[in-house]
Amino acid sequence: MISRRDFLQASMAASAIVGASGFGNWARLAAGQRLTQDDLLKFDTFGNVSLIHITDIHGQLKPIYFREPEINIGVGAAKGHVPHITGAAFRKLYGISDGSPEAYALTYDDFTSLAKTYGRMGGLDRVATVVNAIRAERPDALLLDGGDTWHGSYTCYHTAGQDMVNVMNALKPDAMTFHWEFTLGSERVQEIVDGLPFAALGQNIFDKEWDEPAETFAPYKMFESGGVKIAVIGQAFPYMPIANPGWMFPEYSFGIREEHMQETVDEVRAKGAELVVLLSHNGFDVDKKMAGRVKGIDVILSGHTHDALPEPVLVGETIIIASGSNGKFVSRVDLDVRNGKMMGFRHKLIPVFADVIAADKGMTALIDEQRAPYMDQLSEVIGRTDSLLYRRGNFNGTWDDLICNALIDEREADIALSPGFRWGPSLVPGQDITREDLFNAVSMNYPAAYRSEMTGKTLKLILEDVADNLFNPDPYYQQGGDMVRVGGMGYTIDINKPIGARLSNMTLLKTGEAIDPNKTYVVAGWASVNQGTKGPAIWDVVESYIKRKGTVSVDPNKSVKVVGA
Amino acid sequence: MNLSRRQALAFGGAVVTVSLIPIDFAKAASDATMADIKSFTGGASVAEGGIELTTPEIAENGNTVPISVSAPGAVSIMILADGNPNPGVATFHFSDMAEPSAATRIRLAGTQNVIAVAKMADGSFTQTSRSVKVTIGGCGG
Repeated sequence: MISRRDFLQASMAASAIVGASGFGNWARLAAGQRLTQDDLLKFDTFGNVSLIHITDIHGQLKPIYFREPEINIGVGAAKGHVPHITGAAFRKLYGISDGSPEAYALTYDDFTSLAKTYGRMGGLDRVATVVNAIRAERPDALLLDGGDTWHGSYTCYHTAGQDMVNVMNALKPDAMTFHWEFTLGSERVQEIVDGLPFAALGQNIFDKEWDEPAETFAPYKMFESGGVKIAVIGQAFPYMPIANPGWMFPEYSFGIREEHMQETVDEVRAKGAELVVLLSHNGFDVDKKMAGRVKGIDVILSGHTHDALPEPVLVGETIIIASGSNGKFVSRVDLDVRNGKMMGFRHKLIPVFADVIAADKGMTALIDEQRAPYMDQLSEVIGRTDSLLYRRGNFNGTWDDLICNALIDEREADIALSPGFRWGPSLVPGQDITREDLFNAVSMNYPAAYRSEMTGKTLKLILEDVADNLFNPDPYYQQGGDMVRVGGMGYTIDINKPIGARLSNMTLLKTGEAIDPNKTYVVAGWASVNQGTKGPAIWDVVESYIKRKGTVSVDPNKSVKVVGA
Repeated sequence: MNLSRRQALAFGGAVVTVSLIPIDFAKAASDATMADIKSFTGGASVAEGGIELTTPEIAENGNTVPISVSAPGAVSIMILADGNPNPGVATFHFSDMAEPSAATRIRLAGTQNVIAVAKMADGSFTQTSRSVKVTIGGCGG
């Protein structure tokens, strides 16, 4: 693996771009100093353009805990490169000391004890303070939302996204793109987009019947900021009708549409754009591949895969910014654009430590107003956890282990399947589990917990299919979720094998017997993309289980053996 | 001016390390596909390049996959779905007046290569292919 210094030097030499990251500003605070808001926001304004990026908020209005992944394996060209570096290797790469605020914010180890020291992160009232501070220094900074905004909480579910729309509108973004928003159904999406006071973008959102760009969503918008003509192009999640229920938005087709992306870049350049920004929900590896193939993009603001990187990644002359998820981070990117060319950048991944950055009072009031009608429901304690509950990671997380245990118990199943979503905040040991916490982990618009019979052969087919969506060596064939989580069954996976050959040693845990391809097993799961899926809502299943247990604890999951990482 | 996909690929080639899924026709194509190509070309050798095939990387619905093809100077273009029981999907014939490009929707029985073979005005042949994945989906995000 090349070192970070080599990487940056090589990139700089190749691209003639000079750049700097503000990461060191907060990295130096480790020496027993107290974090202050001024330190977190300190930034020497640079050049003539500022971009503010936030993405994958997943409905999180209030501060949360969010543990970053321990297992995040890269395949093919991505192997050994960020974001597929975690824990100690990640800290070494960026010069982060153990136990420091940035170790807590960006890596997984010691999460429980560091959470006690540094507290929750995020909260859109804190994000508002960050955005306002940047705007005070650069009034025409562009605020760009990478999507997965109108999804992921109790209030978001019960208001069909209206809580997030109201709060984000107050933050005054300039543009956004989309993913989970579409699971509100195309009618509701249309209704919200019609009233949005900012641009709804997606060059890859097509009318399905005509295979032409959809009228509701512009491919790009031109801005003028700091005397610079800026084109912001949107890229929605390419595989929405595959990874999510296409029947909820049957009018639309998506896809990567690389050729159309190139045409769009060429079109905005021809219209005089001096800076081309891609607001993307592709996922990091897809963005990296796209940056090397589509010519003329200066900045990619990358979302979907929830990676938080303290420095931009350079591909040719394109910089890729990854800004994390759940409101934990805001990226500020200052650019020097002269004579139609990006000459340099300064960047900072701003960690939103909720106890350090003051809440914007107006925004707190607006957030509380959205929550007020639901406070009784939100705050009801349904149980308590003895274990750290988290989801992020390629193979399993304790939240999903808990959900799988609930599915097996409550639905009397042999095997449980829980989707490899990347959203869902963490809970620390000793914490009460409120209904709000549960919804943060399972809230969605297709929550039916199914119970069905599957043969061993079908189970393998499903697992092989999902594994190929994660470990196909070509990023354009990846969908950006983690591996489906499995309860009641163990398996071995060789990630470097082709589809159909990755899984082996599938074992029914309760008997220790090998899964028989021809035998039928009772499988419980949730979030099926199939229309007409029957069953109780997943939150009712898990709530019933937690209430029955009172206090839950989750044993470490050792049933998945990974080969070839 | 719009860059063509091929030009974009050529430009991108210098910096990108991720390649498309490699296709070796001699090994990858089925016997039925090879037979269809042979009856189209009369056994003439087939070059690569000069033909653009656009497909989704992953099909949203394997029963109706939008594809488009163009080959400047072609008089006809044959489309094959290598993994279908009957690989031959369509053959487009172009008059002198028509721009040699076409778009259609095809059914794919599973993940497979879609192949386009063009017959040029001078009687030569050229081909290209793209891999289209058909997935059961459902766990992204």
